[in-house]
Amino acid sequence: MRGRLALVRKTIMLKISKLTKRYGSGDPVLKELDLTVEGDQLTSVIGSSGAGKSTLLRCINRLVEPTSGSIDLNGTEFTTLNRRDLRAARRRIGMVFQGFNLIDRLTVMENVQSGRLGYISTWAALTRRYPRDDIRHAYELMERVGIAHYANKRADELSGGERQRVGVVRALMQRPEILLADEPTASLDPKTSEQIMSLLRDLASELKLPVIINIHNVTEAKEYSDRIVGMRYGRIIFDDLPAKLTTAEMDEIYAGVPAMDRAAVGAAAGAEA
Amino acid sequence: MSGAKDTWRKPPFIANPLLRYGLYGAVLIYFVATMATLPIDWDRVADGMTRAQRIFNGAFPPNFERSGLLIDGFLESLKIAILATVGGVALSVPLAFMAAGNIAIKPVYFLGRAIIIVARSFHPVIVAIIFVKAVGFGPFAGALTLVVYSIGFVAKLLAERIEEIDFGQVEAMRSAGAGFIATLVYAVLPQIMPRLVGLGIYQLDSNLRASAVVGIVGAGGIGATLANAFGRYDYDFALAITMVIVGVILISEAVSGFVRKRIA
Repeated sequence: MRGRLALVRKTIMLKISKLTKRYGSGDPVLKELDLTVEGDQLTSVIGSSGAGKSTLLRCINRLVEPTSGSIDLNGTEFTTLNRRDLRAARRRIGMVFQGFNLIDRLTVMENVQSGRLGYISTWAALTRRYPRDDIRHAYELMERVGIAHYANKRADELSGGERQRVGVVRALMQRPEILLADEPTASLDPKTSEQIMSLLRDLASELKLPVIINIHNVTEAKEYSDRIVGMRYGRIIFDDLPAKLTTAEMDEIYAGVPAMDRAAVGAAAGAEA
Repeated sequence: MSGAKDTWRKPPFIANPLLRYGLYGAVLIYFVATMATLPIDWDRVADGMTRAQRIFNGAFPPNFERSGLLIDGFLESLKIAILATVGGVALSVPLAFMAAGNIAIKPVYFLGRAIIIVARSFHPVIVAIIFVKAVGFGPFAGALTLVVYSIGFVAKLLAERIEEIDFGQVEAMRSAGAGFIATLVYAVLPQIMPRLVGLGIYQLDSNLRASAVVGIVGAGGIGATLANAFGRYDYDFALAITMVIVGVILISEAVSGFVRKRIA
């Protein structure tokens, strides 16, 4: 089964360069940020709240519109796509959310198949006539993560860990080239959280899929990632192997607003007051 | 802990005392002035009491002899109510999406809101008078009236429900590359479905009540039967109709309340 799940592909590469995001007229949330992710690496992005982790992830598939910079996934420049092309391109990026964002009142199968909405016709979506390939793929993936017996259950009947598995399967249904996970374990208890992290790590290598995870739990990040990116105030200030993340580096990442930006923040606060 | 205060008063709703007492004074003065200037003729009130007495004497005992007419009137009211509810709710769904600020683009949003405001701004009786003029006496005018009435209520409340949805589900569909319609059907519709069904059932109940009122101005149904009975001084038949209306509305409220509780 594993063989069928894995797609034979050339090495995948996401290249973000000089990415800037500014909300309104304030100080940018992302400041000319560069990041390249490739292969089947699991990359964890850590940093305090407001460091720009979530904005970074959402800029990649343009759920948040970047102000400037470039996002290139295997040769497709995302920042200049028109609406129609963007919709097609988003199918190539799977996303998993902190709050799962499942459709509570629909069945697990409908939730899983909603990952295919970018591929199937609106009519097929409305009438729930999913292609046989998609149904088989869904059962395989659900089997893999252990939720196949829930196919006909309503999503809100599942526990947190099971719900996040549905979220992961939905994202994988897109047959994505990269998987983004925005604090996928923040709503889960520690044990379930570890199960989801190890699932994501295993899937990354099985499917040769690069995974980027925003995460608050540094211990988990160090345990499950191949690479850790530390963000502080819209910039990447650490990017290395988990073993290289020392206490000193941690203090630096979680130290609040860096000295070089303090003047700007003060000025912004002054302007608001 | 000496020096701690031991008295406390709830801060007044209007902090500025000048504004507060000024407002109380203005309301009082306006009320007195209104009573003094409105022509209220107590003699006519006394006359009215005897007339009312005469009507009530004529009304007792209620007369159910023409129950065939009564039942026909009611069945017509029920048809009007069902037709208007189905039509009104069906039109309300797209209108509600148009009038939801988090879904529709600005021009569509303003158009949707404008349609709802127009539908809400006139009492059903006024709308009924217009439709009776336009399409003639009878149940069709009544049904059209109640469609407008349903839109004003259902579309507005549904649009507000759409504005309260968990937008994360919409985000999830967008990130999968789903189209606009598919996103609405998967991410929005399931969230608003319980409210939609509840509103539909409530509106059926409400339309049945309103159909009795709009019938009085010629829009068919039991209201027309009631207006005819009054016009011919058949107060006993009118009382019979009124009692049946009250009974049916009590039943329909109980049923709709029960159903809405079950689906909530």
